Amino acid sequence: MNNRKTEIGVGLFISAGFIALLFLALQVASTGTITNGETYTLKAKFDNIGGLKVRSPVKVGGVVVGRVSSIQLEQLVPVVSMDISKDYTFPETSSLSILTAGLLGEQYLGLEPGFTMEGMDIGMLEEGAYIQDTKSALVLEELIGQFLFGQSNED
Amino acid sequence: MILDGLAGIGRQGLNFFATMGRAGIMLFNALWALPNIKKSWPLLLRQLYVVGVQSFAIIVVSGLFIGMVLGLQGYTILVGYGAENSLGPMVALSLLRELGPVVTALLFAGRAGSALTAEIGLMKATEQLSSMELMAVDPLRRVIAPRFWAGFLSMPLLAFLFSAIGIWGGYLVGVEWLGVDQGNFWGVMQAAVDLNRDILNGFIKSLVFAVVVTWIAIFRGYDCVPTSEGISQATTQTVVHASLAVLGLDFVLTALMFGE
Repeated sequence: MNNRKTEIGVGLFISAGFIALLFLALQVASTGTITNGETYTLKAKFDNIGGLKVRSPVKVGGVVVGRVSSIQLEQLVPVVSMDISKDYTFPETSSLSILTAGLLGEQYLGLEPGFTMEGMDIGMLEEGAYIQDTKSALVLEELIGQFLFGQSNED
Repeated sequence: MILDGLAGIGRQGLNFFATMGRAGIMLFNALWALPNIKKSWPLLLRQLYVVGVQSFAIIVVSGLFIGMVLGLQGYTILVGYGAENSLGPMVALSLLRELGPVVTALLFAGRAGSALTAEIGLMKATEQLSSMELMAVDPLRRVIAPRFWAGFLSMPLLAFLFSAIGIWGGYLVGVEWLGVDQGNFWGVMQAAVDLNRDILNGFIKSLVFAVVVTWIAIFRGYDCVPTSEGISQATTQTVVHASLAVLGLDFVLTALMFGE
């Protein structure tokens, strides 16, 4: 009886240890998408994604509506796929830009919903659609370079 | 006068090396034997229970609190730079690389190491070890070996548990309480934590600490002066020496692993 209790205790201990290892290996070290609720996928092409990462948030006016699910290079152009919550739909005229939270913060995608007009043929973005109007990440070095270049031109 | 001083230094040096030698011989004799699975498995199981399972609670509770403190402290500092999204990697890396293995080893030395020393020391004082020898049972293999293996196996598991629970504690404080974005918390963490560089190196650290702490604990018990005072001294020495060894070795290992 006592031996049985010991065995159960040791079994629990060892499995808890391995569950912890699994948690560390899968959740802490590698990638996996965790999005709550049902989602649909939108894609967008950028010239430069800067420091955008998989699982970075997609925000509309500061509210998180989805997450980046993958970042790939298609024909040498970065293509970002996003999982967007099914609670929200956006018109085709929406625009997407890569923004930075604070001066040194992480980068996220800012989604600007476009206009819809009755009588005009503007549909909604659906599963797998590309957002056409995108603005790339600001790269600080390029910005400084442009600034310096502009200064020297004025002289 | 000078000669006396020199003789004192020499005596201490000889003592030190003699102790190291005895410790090495003890461990070698205990482990250098073909294990008899049928006989040694129940002994190992019993020790795993005493050393591992009974240290479970203290590891989980301290891991949770250390993770929560890391989350809170890290947040208050990082938010000043607008970098609170880096809270995840800060908590995860400090736990996986340093705090997980080191704090686990320190707690383990206090919780399990002192108990091992006291138990073996009392066995020696009450002449249980010599009676085993009289019955042609090798106390090194019956008493020492299972305790060593139990410590060696438990410590890495406990360190993993500590890190996992700590990261969860940091998540609770950072995301649930202070409002760090949960996708950024995990996403930035995953981008920063490397399976080999961080998790494997932490594992190696905890293995080294496991050997050192358990070795010191069982040797101090086996080598103690067989009186009640000797046992109390040996127990204190276990905790002090094991803690110092862990902290010193941690610096060396860190320099080797993350130095360049």
